[in-house]
Amino acid sequence: MSKYTEDDLREELKTKEYEYGFYTDIESETFAKGLNEDVVRAISKKKNEPEWMTEWRLEAFRVWEKMEEPEWANVNYEKPNFQEIAYYSAPKEKPKLNSLDEVDPELLDTFKRLGISLDEQKKLANVAVDIVMDSVSVATTFKETLAEKGIIFMPISEAIQEHPELVKKYLGTVVPTTDNFYAALNSAVFSDGSFCYIPKGVRCPMELSTYFRINEGGTGQFERTLVVADKGSYVSYLEGCTAPSRDENQLHAAVVELISMDDAEIKYSTVQNWYPGNAEGKGGVYNFVTKRGICETNAKISWTQVETGSAVTWKYPSCILKGNNSVGEFYSIAVTNNFQQADTGTKMIHLGKNTKSTIISKGISAGKSQNSYRGLVHISPRAENARNFSQCDSLLMGNECGAHTFPYIETKNKSAQIEHEATTSKIGEDQLFYCNQRGIDTEKAIALIVNGFSKEVLNKLPMEFAVEAQKLLEISLEGSVG
Amino acid sequence: MDLKEKLVASYVAFENDVNINSDVHEIRTKALQNFEELGFPTKKLEAWKYTSLNSVLKQDYSIFPDNEAAIELADVKKYFIHDIDTYKIIFIDGKYSSFLSDTTHDEMDICLLSSALEKPKYKAVIENYFNKIAEQDNLTSLNTAFAKEGAYIYIPRNVEVEKPIQIINFTTGKEDATMLQPRNLIVAEQNAHVQIIERHQSLTSNPVLTNAVTEVYAAKDATVDIYKIQNDNNNASLVDNAYIEQKSNSIVSVHTFSFGGNITRNNLNFYQRGEHIDSILKGVTIIEGKQHIDHHTLVHHIEPNCESHQDYKGIYDERSTAVFNGKVIVEKEAQKTNAYQQNNNVLVSDKATINAKPQLEIFADDVKCSHGCTIGQLDDDALFYMQQRGIPKKEAKALLMYAFANTVLESVKIPEVKQRINKLIANKLGVNIGFDL
Repeated sequence: MSKYTEDDLREELKTKEYEYGFYTDIESETFAKGLNEDVVRAISKKKNEPEWMTEWRLEAFRVWEKMEEPEWANVNYEKPNFQEIAYYSAPKEKPKLNSLDEVDPELLDTFKRLGISLDEQKKLANVAVDIVMDSVSVATTFKETLAEKGIIFMPISEAIQEHPELVKKYLGTVVPTTDNFYAALNSAVFSDGSFCYIPKGVRCPMELSTYFRINEGGTGQFERTLVVADKGSYVSYLEGCTAPSRDENQLHAAVVELISMDDAEIKYSTVQNWYPGNAEGKGGVYNFVTKRGICETNAKISWTQVETGSAVTWKYPSCILKGNNSVGEFYSIAVTNNFQQADTGTKMIHLGKNTKSTIISKGISAGKSQNSYRGLVHISPRAENARNFSQCDSLLMGNECGAHTFPYIETKNKSAQIEHEATTSKIGEDQLFYCNQRGIDTEKAIALIVNGFSKEVLNKLPMEFAVEAQKLLEISLEGSVG
Repeated sequence: MDLKEKLVASYVAFENDVNINSDVHEIRTKALQNFEELGFPTKKLEAWKYTSLNSVLKQDYSIFPDNEAAIELADVKKYFIHDIDTYKIIFIDGKYSSFLSDTTHDEMDICLLSSALEKPKYKAVIENYFNKIAEQDNLTSLNTAFAKEGAYIYIPRNVEVEKPIQIINFTTGKEDATMLQPRNLIVAEQNAHVQIIERHQSLTSNPVLTNAVTEVYAAKDATVDIYKIQNDNNNASLVDNAYIEQKSNSIVSVHTFSFGGNITRNNLNFYQRGEHIDSILKGVTIIEGKQHIDHHTLVHHIEPNCESHQDYKGIYDERSTAVFNGKVIVEKEAQKTNAYQQNNNVLVSDKATINAKPQLEIFADDVKCSHGCTIGQLDDDALFYMQQRGIPKKEAKALLMYAFANTVLESVKIPEVKQRINKLIANKLGVNIGFDL
C-alpha cells in the first residue's frame, strides 16, 4: 500500500463533498420574504397562538429592531440580509400520525439516507424521536411511554396550546428576549422546536432525541427548545442536525433553554452537521445559537457537543450555577475544514456556594478553517469554594488553518480554585512512526490519534449517540478516522 | 476642559520648545492627530475591558512641570540600587538631572533622548529606530506626540556593558498633579549585552500620571535584560508601553515587579523578526488596598524556530484588582515555535478580583504552545505543617508566598536586584524572614 501521508489526507479533505447533501421535494408552505410586525403576527396566528404569546413575540421583535448584529466573534462572513429571508416554512399538511406508516414515504426515505432508521431506533435504541422537518414536527414516537411517567415531550407549538401555564412560566427565563441579537430574532419568529418537562422525581427512561433539518431553500430555521427538569428528575436530551447542500447561505438561529431545578440533572448532547459549504467556501449554514441552562441547588447540567458542520458557527452553551453545590459541565469537539469558521465555547457563571464546573474543549482545524475557543469562567463574590477546571486542546492539520483560544477568567472570591490549560499541537511524526513501526498504516494511525485526542469528549456522549457522532467525525475528517 | 482637550491645546506651547523643522516633529504631529482621533481608551475597547482610567484622567494635571526641583541624594538614595556601581539616567519631573546621573559616551551612548533627537551625530540611529515599532494606538500616540525626553541607550557591536544602567523618573509634584511622558530608546547592536533597571518614583502625595513608551531593539546575538521595579505610592498611576523587536539569536528578558502604585498598566509587546530568538516575560505582583494592576503582554512569533517564556505570579489582598491578558500569536511561517505561558494567582481577600485572559492565536501546525492559568489559595496543609513546627502563621504564609513567587526571582541575573526585590516582598508582606531566596 502506498504511503498515506498527511498531505494525502489534506487533499482528501479538500475534495471531500458533503455526503448528506440532497434535497427533499416536499411541497412547503412558505411565507414571503421579509420581516416586520405583521410577519411576526402572521407566524403567531398561523400557529394559533394565544394572545400573550403574540405579545411576547412582538416585544422581542421591537427589541431586535433596535439591536445591532454582534461583531466581536473571530469570524468573517457576509452578513445575512434579514429582509431576504422567509420566516416561516412548514410541510403543507401537518399530519397527525400514530405510526410510522402514515409518514410521507419520501420523508422516511430522507431519514433512511441519513442513516436514521426510525424503525430501528424504535426497536433497538429505545429512542423517542421528535422529528422536526422544516420547523414543524411530523412524527412523534414513544409518546405513550413518556405520558405514563408524566413526561411531556412535544413540539413547542403544541405545548403552547396544551400546557400554556408551563410554557408561560419558563419560556425566556434563562435566555431573555433581550439577551442578544439572535436570541431576540429567534424569540420573535421561532417557528417550532421541542418542549420537554420532567415531573418531580422522575427519571426519564429513555434518551429524548430530535433531529433537525433545514429543508426549504431560503428559509431560516429558528428553533426554540425548552427543557424543564423538575426537582430530583433526570433527563438526557439528544439533538442532531444535518442539512442538504445549498449554495445560498442559510441562517440558523436557535435558542435552547434548560432549567434544572433542585437535585435535577440534564444532560444535553448535540451532534451538529449542518452543511459547511463546499471546498471553495461557497454556501453553508450560518449557525448562531444561544444555549443556556440554569442550575438550582444540587442540580447539574452537562453539555456535550460534536460540531462538524456549518460555514460559520457562533455558539456558547452556558451554565448559570445559581444554586449551592450545583455542577456545570461542557464537553466539546469542534472540527473545521476547508473554509469553515467556528467560534465556540462556554460560559460558566458561578453564583452559588460549592459550585463546580468542568470545561473540556477539543478543536481540530484542517484546510483553511479557523477554529476558536471562547470561554468565560466567572466566580461571583458569594460563590464560596467554587471550583473550575478548563482544558482547551487544539490540533492543527496544515499551516493554512488557525486555532485560537480566548478564555476569560473573572474571579471575585478568594476561595475559588481555577485551573485553565491550553495546548496546541499537530500529529507528531514520532507518534506516526511509533504506530507504523507496529504495523499500523498511516491512515489508521491518524484515525487512532484523532480518536484519542477526542476521546474524553466522545466518551461523554450517550451510547446511542456515540455511533452517530463517530460517523459525523468520519465525514468531516474522512481518511483520518476509521 | 478635559485632559484630552488640554493636551491637544498645549501642543502649540510644546512646539516652542522643540525643533519643529525635523523629521521627528513630523512624526509627533501625526501622532497628535492620531490621538485626537482616538482619544483616551475606554472600557468599551476590548483591550481595556477590565481597566478604567476615568478616575485618573479627571485630575487637572500639569503637563509641563517647569520648575527644576532640586532633591537631595540622601533623600532618594533608597530608590537606587546603590550597593553596586551603575550608570544612571535620572529625571526629575521629566527634566534630566545631571547631578544624580552618571552617563557615558565612551564606546557606547548612555545619555538623553533630547540630545539624540537634536544632534546630527545620532541622526542615523534616530532615523532607523525612533517610533518604528511603537504601535499607533491611543496612549502610545499621545506619548509620541510629546516625545522629547527620556533615556537613550545605544550599545555598538560586540560591546558588553560592564555595569547595569538605572533609569529613574522622580516626580516631586510641587505642582498639584503631574503628568509625565518619558520616551526611551534602547538599541543593542549585534552581540551587545546590556542590563537595565527601570523605576518610576513619586515623591509627593499629589496625583501623578506617567505614560511611558520604551522601544527596544535587539540585533543579532544581542542580550538585553530589563528589570522594571514598580513600587510607587498610591497616588501614582503608570501606563508603561514597551515595544521590543528582536533579531536572530537574540535574547531579551523583561522582569516586572509590581508592588505599588494606584493604577498600573503594563503593555509589553515582543516582535520576533528572526530565527532562534528567545523572549522571556516574567512578573511578580503583590498588591493590596485599592490598587489595580493590568499586565497586557503580546508575543508575536513571526519567524520559525523561536521560543517565548511567560511566567506571571500574582498575590492580591484587600480590594485590589488584577488583570492578566497574555496574547501569543504564531504566524503560519513560524513553524517549530515553542511558546509557553504561565499565570498563577492567589487571592488573599474576598474583595480582591482577578480577571485573566490568556489568549492563543495560532496559524502554524508544527508548534508547541501551551498556556496555563490558575487561581487558588495557599495550601492549608502546608501552613498547618509549618505552624505545627513553631513558625508563626504570618511568617508561614509569607514563606509560602515567597516560594510561590520564586520561579520568577530565580531568573533575575543581578544579585543586588534580587536582594532588593526580596526586601520589597518582605516589606510588602510585613515580615522579616531573615534569609534570601
